Amino acid sequence: MAERERSHTRPRGAVFVPRAQVMSATDVHRAVTRMAHEIAERNRGLDRVVLVGLQTGGVSIAEQLAATLAEVEGATIPVGTLDVAFYRDDIGLRPVLPEAATDIGFDLTGTTVVLVDDVLFTGRTIRAALNALGEYGRAQVVELAVMVDRGHRELPIRPDYVGKNLPTRRDEMVDVSADGVSLGELMSK
Amino acid sequence: MSPFPPNLLSMDDLDAEGIAQVLEVADSFVEVGRRANPKVPALRGRTVATLFFEDSTRTRMSFETAAKRMSADVLSFAAGSSSLKKGESLRDTVETIEAIGIDAVIIRHASSGVPARVAGWVDHCAVINAGDGWHQHPTQALLDLYTVRQSLGGGDEGIARFEGLQVAIVGDIRHSRVARSQVTAYAALGADVTLVAPATLLPPSLEGWPVTSVSHRLDDVLEKSDVVSLLRVQSERGSGAFVPSLREYTAGFGLTARRAAMLQPDAVILHPGPIVRGVEIASDVAELPGSLITEQVSNGVAVRMAVLFLLLGQGSVGGAHRD
Repeated sequence: MAERERSHTRPRGAVFVPRAQVMSATDVHRAVTRMAHEIAERNRGLDRVVLVGLQTGGVSIAEQLAATLAEVEGATIPVGTLDVAFYRDDIGLRPVLPEAATDIGFDLTGTTVVLVDDVLFTGRTIRAALNALGEYGRAQVVELAVMVDRGHRELPIRPDYVGKNLPTRRDEMVDVSADGVSLGELMSK
Repeated sequence: MSPFPPNLLSMDDLDAEGIAQVLEVADSFVEVGRRANPKVPALRGRTVATLFFEDSTRTRMSFETAAKRMSADVLSFAAGSSSLKKGESLRDTVETIEAIGIDAVIIRHASSGVPARVAGWVDHCAVINAGDGWHQHPTQALLDLYTVRQSLGGGDEGIARFEGLQVAIVGDIRHSRVARSQVTAYAALGADVTLVAPATLLPPSLEGWPVTSVSHRLDDVLEKSDVVSLLRVQSERGSGAFVPSLREYTAGFGLTARRAAMLQPDAVILHPGPIVRGVEIASDVAELPGSLITEQVSNGVAVRMAVLFLLLGQGSVGGAHRD
């Protein structure tokens, strides 16, 4: 589950204990480069394409994608950030807190929005993000880019761009950071 | 992070960490308020009741707007047209309201301690104090902190800059629940609070008040103040009898244009409202460049959204009995 969700569900005092690194920092960088090319290939010319990173795990990946697109395509892609806390369907069932305020400084009407997150798990975050996006205009197309697809979907949602497909157990934890991607468990201290 | 308390009855319910949490969540709701459609589904299916036993314009409207912007249903209870008139006790009224299935009650009452009593009578319902007698008005203090933090650059840095901040609270402190909440709130973040009032309008004892100093001369305090927080002379609580005349009060403690000129250029002026022009504040508020009074009102909605969300959205009170 994305970093954002993990910090909410984490029982007090529990820590992430990595067991295996599944992607190095270089692997993540290569995946970003490939996904940027795929985005450019699918959206020829990148006309009207905007990136929206989900708070907080998707934000840095969205920025890296934008930087790569600027490099290889010479295109300046607007980047926004989105927090979905107020649109979640589990408010009241477990602690839900916004990580940071949404910042989308442009109208989404008519654009192709590429939603960017670090980890795709149940799909509930993306469901909430689709609802939240509607507040900023009617996008023509919404696509989804994730660094890790770990399976266990609970909703009919699939990514368009994937850094790595990673089979996991439900109780495992995926951590995405600047140092790479690790698989591990939550342990109580 | 420590869990958010089940009720918000007094500023004592929140430590510095809890205050920081409210202000941070409020940032997200300020963003919501800027949208074309300033409404989110966060508290869909929840019901919030406002029980105001005392007059109010901004606090009630602010709370009701806050709840509606989070898609909660809002019931507005007017004491004057309720069964209290038929002799029903406050306790029975409150228990009835809880039995109807309300998730949060927002109470204002002329008697100190009523919200705390009510909190002891209910099990499934969060209680928010919207002002009780001379005692507390915590959401007012929180929105003041939010407004000052904004003027200090916002975010965690804004909070850090409260350390050593010079805050003057001016006016009828004796009768003011706002002052009592403010003093605790500013002190929790490390600010130095100076109370400024004629001796008659100070509380009988300042024991336990975390204030740095007390002054009876506003002119002496203005130059060193970063924040000047004005209070109304509360004629309805008999403040008038504590000063020789309102004109004399204005002469000594009113923030006139002349006095405002003594302030540092980046000093800010707050007032919880309602303002009485020409008494505690200049008749033309536009003469006071550092005034954040309008910002306070708009920030109030976002801060109250944050408080309601933290009380009802965390899976403790309200949602718990529905599982």
